[in-house]
Amino acid sequence: MSQTMLDDSAALDADAEAARHLALQERRRRLSMILRYAVLTAVGFLMLYPLLWLIGASFKNNAEIFSSPGFIPKDPTLSGYVKGWETSTPYSFGRFFWNTFLIIAPKVVFTVISCAAVAYGFARFQFPGKRILFASLIATLLLPNVVTRIPQYLLFSEMGWLDSYLPLWVPSAFAGDAFFVFMLVQFLRSIPPDMEEAARVDGAKSWQVLLFIVAPMLTPALISVALFQFMWTMNDFLGPLIYLSSVEKFPVSLALKLSIDTSEAFDWNRILAMSVLALAPSLVVFFMAQKYFIEGISAGGVKG
Amino acid sequence: MAQLSIRNLEKTYGGGFKAVHGVDLEVADGEFMVLVGPSGCAKSTTLRMIAGLETISGGHISIGGKVVNNLAPGDRGIAMVFQNYALYPHMKVRKNLSFGLKLAGEKKAEIERRVAEVAEVLEIEPLLDRLPRQLSGGQAQRVALGRALIKKPEVFLFDEPLSNLDAKLRASMRVRITELHRRLKAQGRSSTVVYVTHDQVEAMTMGDRICVMKEGRIMQVADPATLYERPENLFVAGFIGMPEMNLVEARLERGPEGHALRFGDQVLRLGPEQNARIAANAPEEVTLGLRPQHFRLAGPDDSHALEAQVGKVDFLGHEVDAHVTIGGAKFTVVLPVELFREASRGGSIRLRADENRVHVFDRASGANVSLA
Repeated sequence: MSQTMLDDSAALDADAEAARHLALQERRRRLSMILRYAVLTAVGFLMLYPLLWLIGASFKNNAEIFSSPGFIPKDPTLSGYVKGWETSTPYSFGRFFWNTFLIIAPKVVFTVISCAAVAYGFARFQFPGKRILFASLIATLLLPNVVTRIPQYLLFSEMGWLDSYLPLWVPSAFAGDAFFVFMLVQFLRSIPPDMEEAARVDGAKSWQVLLFIVAPMLTPALISVALFQFMWTMNDFLGPLIYLSSVEKFPVSLALKLSIDTSEAFDWNRILAMSVLALAPSLVVFFMAQKYFIEGISAGGVKG
Repeated sequence: MAQLSIRNLEKTYGGGFKAVHGVDLEVADGEFMVLVGPSGCAKSTTLRMIAGLETISGGHISIGGKVVNNLAPGDRGIAMVFQNYALYPHMKVRKNLSFGLKLAGEKKAEIERRVAEVAEVLEIEPLLDRLPRQLSGGQAQRVALGRALIKKPEVFLFDEPLSNLDAKLRASMRVRITELHRRLKAQGRSSTVVYVTHDQVEAMTMGDRICVMKEGRIMQVADPATLYERPENLFVAGFIGMPEMNLVEARLERGPEGHALRFGDQVLRLGPEQNARIAANAPEEVTLGLRPQHFRLAGPDDSHALEAQVGKVDFLGHEVDAHVTIGGAKFTVVLPVELFREASRGGSIRLRADENRVHVFDRASGANVSLA
């Protein structure tokens, strides 16, 4: 009897000890979590500050922009957007957005098609000279863009393509972006070829295999390619600067610079307002495609 | 009809590695032929060459009398079931089944009819609107089977289709595939099968005939019973049968009463049937082959009994695999549990080999010299 009671109290002691231990652990865990999130929030805020400031400043008037470092406007105004949209040229900013679209749309579509086809060829077929061709493709990745600018300019000038959008998107239609081809090849290598073989046994020709089997499996990677190409083209400044000379053909990236050039004492709030607008499409597209995009860049190595 | 004929088939890879060395194989119309062998024996490569997924370096393959060497896989009249199912991940089961027919330009109504027919046979009707990732392994393999079946091919090719399934499911799929083959044959439809596996149980239970391969060469082609009873060489003898056949180095001695095999301090006299089968030119240096199942307990006054020291014993429920030493050589013996328990007190037992089922192999060439 007394032995049982002794055992019971020993068990109670052990329970209480365990509970104390757990409570201590829980307190420590919470403390370290708070600390961790505090640091992360601070660093995150620091990183985002320029962007927040940009958005805030686009609603300020010109005088306030340089007088206060805070990002919340004291006296919010839309005048930057209204005047900025009108621009100092005969065209509104809508025109420049449309121009950008005229470059981006064919470039993205043709990049996806051509890079998928070329990557499929490199990843799945044996042909003479494959190693050399693939090596030279990779070599162009290492080549700085600037090196080819002048020969390219001369070439397109000979072809009479200056002051048109052709030099900006035609190279992409022939899988000119080695990086995308490389990315898709890596992605394809991680997909077992069995499905494609099954399709061939089912009677599919190579292009049918590409279209009906490979492309759907490549979707996450293709979305990444489209997204990268969209953002890079949206942000491309040098290309349009070199090849386009008439204002009516300018894309957004050039138009932004244009508003700095033409105004004598330029209105920063207009420029900032238009910068915010210029950022918007990339951000919207990015967040819409984020899910696939992350899948696309991370799945390259492990999907199988 | 759909007989498959392979003549002097060779495969050499780009690096100069020769994987298949002149394989000759005839598969009759409606026959279930199993290619079996250890990994790396080129059985899958051979199958893939039949399918057209691998180029042919030499020789030729004909299906239904037509050489198919240069035909695309889709034009060979074959269907294939892959080890990892290879279902199209983005298509529902229904589309997976109908993809081939659609490419072939079949009419919609006909496609629907055939999907329904195949789904019924394989009991996959409730799965038709699922995606492959929503299927279990067994279901996925049934869909893969359906994708082959729906095409009504001349020759079915199976590439280790059951090796991704668990043991129980594998057994039931084995029965299902054999049943299906029997049914197709009864309906008079083309039902020639080439089935690749590394699992000898699959091979023995499913095949009308079995082709045992090793390092890109055919070792023996025969029906399961022949393969088991009359293996032509050491490799087949060791590969077929569970546990493996006991293979022990021995000397073949010719005496007035017939042949005897001497190993260690023991002598095993051959039975009259086996005695008569020994080839006249059999060498002295031989390998004795005796299946673990071909031992029994010897009576107390049996003059042919072999003394065996019992080592490790694997208990399997109804029987035991006993690892014993006879005359210095190691043997595995399969005995019923009860008998073994009684007999093995004291660490040794007296065994009697079935002298008419002893195989004698030429040690140098590996050929069975007791088949004459």
